[in-house]
Amino acid sequence: MKSKITKKFEELREKKEKALITYVTSGDPDLATTVDLVLTMEKAGADIVELGIPYSDPLADGPVIQRGAKRALEGGADIDSIFTMVKDLRKKTDIPLVFLLYYNSIFKHGIKSFLDKCKDTGIDGLIIPDLPLEERRELNEMMKDYPIDLIPLVAPTSEDRIEKILLDGDGFIYCISSKGVTGKRDHFEVDLKNFINKVKKYTDKPLAIGFGISDGEAIKNLKSLADGLIVGSAIVEKIEEGMKEGQIKEKVFDFVNELHKAIE
Amino acid sequence: MTIKKIPKRFGRFGGQFVPETLMNALIELENEFVKAKEDKVFQNEYRYYVREYSGRPTPLYFSENLTKDLGGGRIYLKREDLNHTGAHKINNVIGQVLLAKRMGKRRIIAETGAGQHGVATATVCAMFGLDCEVYMGEEDIRRQSLNVFKMKMLGAQVNPVSSGTGTLKDATNEAIRDWVTNVDDTFYVIGSVVGPHPYPTMVRDFQRIIGDEVKEQILQKEGRLPDYLIACVGGGSNAMGLFYPFHKEKNIDIYGVEAGGLGVNTDKHAATITKGSIGVIHGMMTYVLQDDNGQIMPVHSISAGLDYPGIGPEHAYFHSIGRVNYVAVSDKEAVEAFQYLTRMEGIIPALESSHAIAYLRKLAPDTNKEDIIVVNLSGRGDKDINTITASYELPTTN
Repeated sequence: MKSKITKKFEELREKKEKALITYVTSGDPDLATTVDLVLTMEKAGADIVELGIPYSDPLADGPVIQRGAKRALEGGADIDSIFTMVKDLRKKTDIPLVFLLYYNSIFKHGIKSFLDKCKDTGIDGLIIPDLPLEERRELNEMMKDYPIDLIPLVAPTSEDRIEKILLDGDGFIYCISSKGVTGKRDHFEVDLKNFINKVKKYTDKPLAIGFGISDGEAIKNLKSLADGLIVGSAIVEKIEEGMKEGQIKEKVFDFVNELHKAIE
Repeated sequence: MTIKKIPKRFGRFGGQFVPETLMNALIELENEFVKAKEDKVFQNEYRYYVREYSGRPTPLYFSENLTKDLGGGRIYLKREDLNHTGAHKINNVIGQVLLAKRMGKRRIIAETGAGQHGVATATVCAMFGLDCEVYMGEEDIRRQSLNVFKMKMLGAQVNPVSSGTGTLKDATNEAIRDWVTNVDDTFYVIGSVVGPHPYPTMVRDFQRIIGDEVKEQILQKEGRLPDYLIACVGGGSNAMGLFYPFHKEKNIDIYGVEAGGLGVNTDKHAATITKGSIGVIHGMMTYVLQDDNGQIMPVHSISAGLDYPGIGPEHAYFHSIGRVNYVAVSDKEAVEAFQYLTRMEGIIPALESSHAIAYLRKLAPDTNKEDIIVVNLSGRGDKDINTITASYELPTTN
């Protein structure tokens, strides 16, 4: 059976549209807000939502998402309460939901129990930035029994690894825009286009570009390259602005709506 | 030419849990390391610098005073504190920086806890004329100000890390983030037998010179191998350096001494194997101090070099097969051992190494007089004077 993520990309392809994929850290600043924000982002035009599972040592993340994770952990978000939140959220929306998490979160919880809960609550995919090809075999095998996509990541430095990485994995291909951690940057890989073309040689699956896309301008520049674009840190910054001014939802809605208009 | 690969795992421990961006860099590093290991020119260069620059071989000193006082086996101290820069760390740094040069990398980054690895890296970079940046937690910068000053004098840039607990684990995260960003021109010199493959193997191979020398020295002095080995363990590089050449000798009892902090039954310690569980940190699967959600827990030790919630994966393996006994001593016992060695032998040990001495004091009285005990004195204590003066009253002279 096709996953919700695959269906979403097919639906958009037919309409000749691109996917806007937006990120929030679960529980930043609290889990009730996360539910609100997912619904808000959907209304503002997000097609897929990435839910971060806050982690104490997020080594692929820059300072903005690190701060988000810290707020979420201080607010008491943990794996069980996040699943409860997802269950609640699923009563209110069908939008494809993807967890972005570090491997220790799933490993320590117990892989099977974690996947069971993903299935029961309606999580559609997993992105694990510290689980490269060589380490994902075990999880890959186990996930074959679950209707959950394990989304592979490729980087501009992957080169000869791209082909092997793309042999497995579902949903979409997460193309890391450039070297570095998550967060705003002024320059993308000079050869981003080359890199994306290399990836396309080995797969028909949808490609989404992430890392460092922070505004409508960047979206306009990049949207012709891929099937989807991922925005994370810039949304977390809007949450921070909203916290100061007491209007998180409004800030996030306006920003995601602006991104949506840029991607149309 | 196909390049021989080194195993990525020690049993189930080790591996490469890092962002994809780093994978080709790790593969390139492994290939270069394998070639260098078999290259006589490289090996001679490494031996030249550890000898002429760092002062190896370090003595294996028979401690008559401790032997008498503790009343058990014959005690030898491996004097890694006599290395240039004051600790064993430089053995590994010389090896890795020579590799970096081979690979044409001009920018060196490192993480540091106590500052010993940072100082060693800054030192070797000064000698070879390479750019050096060291990540160090804010808390460690406070308690190791002398080493911060040294690094700056040596021309290194010290980048304070305020994220997390502001200690070694956070400095390591930040160094990895730097490497992900600057992977093309930057070489990350990891300071312990930790991190993603091939680092644990590579650092072990650059540190095993400690144990190789001990073997030669003890055969010369005693005509036989020791019965006991003791070393402190944070990430575990001085311990692995001593243990590795002996790990197949089944009659040797080996002790790795972890930081018990305020006590292993409090929440303020860094006794990873004693109290931790299996997880992933800094790119490796190993024992980790973590909560039920896999969040890495804040750790505590009076010694900044042992203040680390993980441990090298090969130590995790040695623990899992029962080859090495991992034990813990408290801050208080370490400080007492610091004073003890200073007064008994006129040797001021690093607080890290004081943990090994503290365990020696428990173990030695129960050993036989014919037994031979080797303790790795991994570093000297000058850097710890501030910490010690805060918790120690000088005896008044009569």
